[in-house]
Amino acid sequence: MNEINNINKNNRNTQEYFSRFRIPSGCAIFGIVNEARERFSGGIAIDGISVMHERSNGLGGGFAAYGIYPEFKDDRVFHILYDDAEAKRQTEDEIARNFKILLGEEIPTIKISRIVNPPMIYRYFLKPKGNGETFTTEEDLIVDFVMHINRDIRGAYIISSGKNMGIFKGVGFPEDIGRFFKLDEYKGYMWTSHGRFPTNSAGWWGGAHPFGLLDWSVVHNGEISSFGTNKRFVSGFGYECTLSTDTEVITYLLDLLVRKQKIDMELVHLVLASPLWEEIERVSSDNREILKALRIIYGSALLNGPFSIIVGSGDFMYALNDRIKLRPLVAARKGEYLFISSEEAPIRRVCASPDHLWHPDGGEPVIGIVRKEEIKKDIKSGQAIQIDEKPEKLVKTGVVSLNKSQGDLNGFKIKAI
Amino acid sequence: MKKIYIQEEYCIGCRLCEIYCQVKHSKSKKIIKAFKEEMVDILPRVLVEEIGYNSFAIQCRHCTDAPCVEACISGAMQKNKNTGVVTCNEDKCVGCWSCIMVCPYGVIRRDLSGKKIASKCDLCIDEKIPVCVENCPNEALKFMDKDAKEKSLVGNKNEK
Amino acid sequence: MALKLKQSEFEIERDQNKCISCEVCVRQCSNDVHEYDSDQDTIYSDNSKCVGCRRCETLCPTGALKIRNREDQFKANYNWTSSHLNNIYRQADSGGVLLTGMGSDRPYTIYWDHILFNASQVTNPSIDPLREPMEIRTFIGRKPDGLESEMKKNKGSKEGSKNTNIRLKTKLSPQLDLSTPIMFSAMSYGSISFNACKSLAVAASEFGTYCNTGEGGMHKDLYKYANNTIVQVASGRYGVDTDYLNKGAAIEIKIGQGAKPGIGGHLPGEKVTGDISNTRMIPEGTDAISPAPHHDIYSIEDLAQLIYALKEATNWSKPVGVKVSAVHNIAPIASGIVRAGADFVTIDGLRGGTGAAPQTIRDNVGIPIELAIASVDERLREEGIRHKSSIIAAGSIRSSADVIKAIALGADAVYIGTAALIAMGCHLCQKCYTGKCNWGIATQDPYLTKRLNLEIGTRKLLNLLRGWSLEIKEMLGGAGINAIESLKSNREHLRGISLNDRELAILGIKHAGEAW
Repeated sequence: MNEINNINKNNRNTQEYFSRFRIPSGCAIFGIVNEARERFSGGIAIDGISVMHERSNGLGGGFAAYGIYPEFKDDRVFHILYDDAEAKRQTEDEIARNFKILLGEEIPTIKISRIVNPPMIYRYFLKPKGNGETFTTEEDLIVDFVMHINRDIRGAYIISSGKNMGIFKGVGFPEDIGRFFKLDEYKGYMWTSHGRFPTNSAGWWGGAHPFGLLDWSVVHNGEISSFGTNKRFVSGFGYECTLSTDTEVITYLLDLLVRKQKIDMELVHLVLASPLWEEIERVSSDNREILKALRIIYGSALLNGPFSIIVGSGDFMYALNDRIKLRPLVAARKGEYLFISSEEAPIRRVCASPDHLWHPDGGEPVIGIVRKEEIKKDIKSGQAIQIDEKPEKLVKTGVVSLNKSQGDLNGFKIKAI
Repeated sequence: MKKIYIQEEYCIGCRLCEIYCQVKHSKSKKIIKAFKEEMVDILPRVLVEEIGYNSFAIQCRHCTDAPCVEACISGAMQKNKNTGVVTCNEDKCVGCWSCIMVCPYGVIRRDLSGKKIASKCDLCIDEKIPVCVENCPNEALKFMDKDAKEKSLVGNKNEK
Repeated sequence: MALKLKQSEFEIERDQNKCISCEVCVRQCSNDVHEYDSDQDTIYSDNSKCVGCRRCETLCPTGALKIRNREDQFKANYNWTSSHLNNIYRQADSGGVLLTGMGSDRPYTIYWDHILFNASQVTNPSIDPLREPMEIRTFIGRKPDGLESEMKKNKGSKEGSKNTNIRLKTKLSPQLDLSTPIMFSAMSYGSISFNACKSLAVAASEFGTYCNTGEGGMHKDLYKYANNTIVQVASGRYGVDTDYLNKGAAIEIKIGQGAKPGIGGHLPGEKVTGDISNTRMIPEGTDAISPAPHHDIYSIEDLAQLIYALKEATNWSKPVGVKVSAVHNIAPIASGIVRAGADFVTIDGLRGGTGAAPQTIRDNVGIPIELAIASVDERLREEGIRHKSSIIAAGSIRSSADVIKAIALGADAVYIGTAALIAMGCHLCQKCYTGKCNWGIATQDPYLTKRLNLEIGTRKLLNLLRGWSLEIKEMLGGAGINAIESLKSNREHLRGISLNDRELAILGIKHAGEAW
């Protein structure tokens, strides 16, 4: 429940103030993954999402990037928004108490005229302290910590908490947000992005997509009419929805179903977008039992209402439509690349002739699985990453930058930025 | 041929079937006018028999081999070949009461006002279904074919 | 003998211009209110005997009768209402406990009427239930903590699971399969007539939902509907043997009911005739008094023992649940019941109906079902055990809107009792305990029981279920939901109106005008 009575009305510019307004989800999603774990520039994702400029209204945009911190690839990294110094101080105290901070710094940004009043945005690379607690896994501890900060410290919001990944989001068109965070200078093997069309003017940076927890990130086009049910269902397992947007609950459902309840990723759509009872009756009897059982047990995890979502995690990119397909979703493959988008145009923009392009059915998932082996060399830029360089130096210099000349990469055109 | 069948387990003894029969065969056909203004008592053609808490409404069965038609000395009682309804032609009736004596169900009664036979069900030929069936508040009377009646007895299923 | 002081509650107005002295009213009234005087050719009515059941008014062919409430029984007094005065008069005459029937009619807040449902506009399309699939199938029973399965992919299967075979390893507990989230509440054979029981059983079977035997055991003519009947084990254990337990689709242990929390049931000896004595397995003419507690359940651990005993007796093949009244501490009580092993918990609220109950208890004991459901759902979720039992709400569900609101507050399904009887003809005169029900429902008098035609009763119940189910689908579609499991406990689709902060907090809903 919103703490409406406690908000200091004078602090109108704080994220805390804006977090009271829940804004219906907006309208453009786009994702690219390279299944061979080859890393590419964020500029491609920015390019793609900018084609769908009309689907947003400039009040929300964001990206999730995987594989962008190769020097810290086994360490946890938090991206955190702060309203003020007090929130930062309290949060850093908590972090110091529970983790060993390898590096904490403000995320580098450039000034863009259309991005106004950003909050303080920091990132921390951490190792857990290992207090000797063996009852819960490291992931459970992280989840508890994130819930605690978001709920209990006023003005602080952890927006991503994974390993070798990060979420960059805020109020603005997605292409502006991308430039603001200098995402073209990062390289990752998977990028998802989102543009919003909220219906009231609010400066709530935390409410933009993607939403993340641990290695999960979710971008969503739609509105979840089962939000109340889903929210109560996950709250019984310790997940608190604090970010005033229904998409948040999808992230928690995935963590709960896949990580904790150990439902195979290839079966999750049977819970989130269950087939109709009349379809279940027509299926062969073995499968019918499990479909029925999944629906009976996880009825409260069913996502009702129109949606197309792109979910990212360390090892795969996953997309799903609601079971009666009330929102658009297009997918395409080219070589090792899988593209997913709300519209075909962005795909064509970054990849002129895909091998295969299709419109998935309602309730039918699209999964791109990233292979375990890492390809250590960089993509045709000729510059190899020196992994034994000191981590701080690498990060401060903005990671590895792409060769500025126009390159042709497996059929892409990379624009010089 | 459709006939009226009675489910005596549902007859509640309210006698509304008699009332509506009387209204149908009155001059005005309006219930209040018929009872309050028409001074002549109209006889209902259906009769509710009661013993204890059992009751049921009975009227002319329009028998296939109607004894009343056989017994009628003036030929007033006739079974219509097409509709199967047994009717009494009042012009021809002489008031001998042979039909009353012979009817095995006792459903013919004498009309005291005109000394002629009156009380005989005519299956409300000019209505879609007879008014007693239409107005029974507990649907104890049913208007149906003999085959339909057999089916409902055997299966004892409820109609939907 | 001393003067009887009670005033008539009703006044019978007979329009002499319309009355045709057909005597239908005289014949139909089981309280002998009307009398025909052949000399005067008029009918006289005795107001003091009238109970307001409206039988005569309904059957009168000319509409000559009007039954009016007497507003002016006594001098106007906000504090000493006419019902208080009449109760004292009756008690001064009889010296006994004042009985009444049906649910409480006191003016406590009805929270259903202060809750509003949502609809989607613009940001989310509403769904047309007549053209799109709209699913209200519901399952009642224990859900496991998680699911174990193994997948066997067929060779060369592509994306999506359409080509894989998946085998379920977890065994699901037995479930009741409802085609609509509405079931018929427990009404015993004895409190209502056989025709009423059979109408409920047939309608439940045909529609795909369940009815409940109540305390009275299952009549042998109703065995063929046993797959759609929940059998009740009440404190008197009437009719309970292993046969009975194994026949039913589920077993419900009745600890209490909303109309009379804390006390047991009572069927007067006059109503215990042949058939009823056979079904309940007690001698004819004896009062059937169910004791207040089950004399083998004095604590929560005893309840756990009984639940497991019943599960053993039926070879763990049926859901076993518990029915309790909604009382002040219903949240921890429900939590205890769930932990004791119940597969479902029925909560019967303050306004639940009954065939006979002391009036003071019916009107003053218990809490409304809306608050009970909200707080039980909240408490079970906090403890992480909500999935272990289904919650069934009972106690004056009056319309399909109440059903939707109950599910949005946290119930899995609802029971309807009074609504079902009203569909069959009840006019809520609250005199069920006299056994003189003019509509043939709450009586065993053979003259009166004929008045409920089985075919008509079944048809009306099916129509009620069908009508409500369609309305539920319309409302779900309007809110952009196409499966009822997405409405369960979805408080975001409810808003309160004219409720204070505490009430909103307990119900867990916002006030109308507040957004997400």
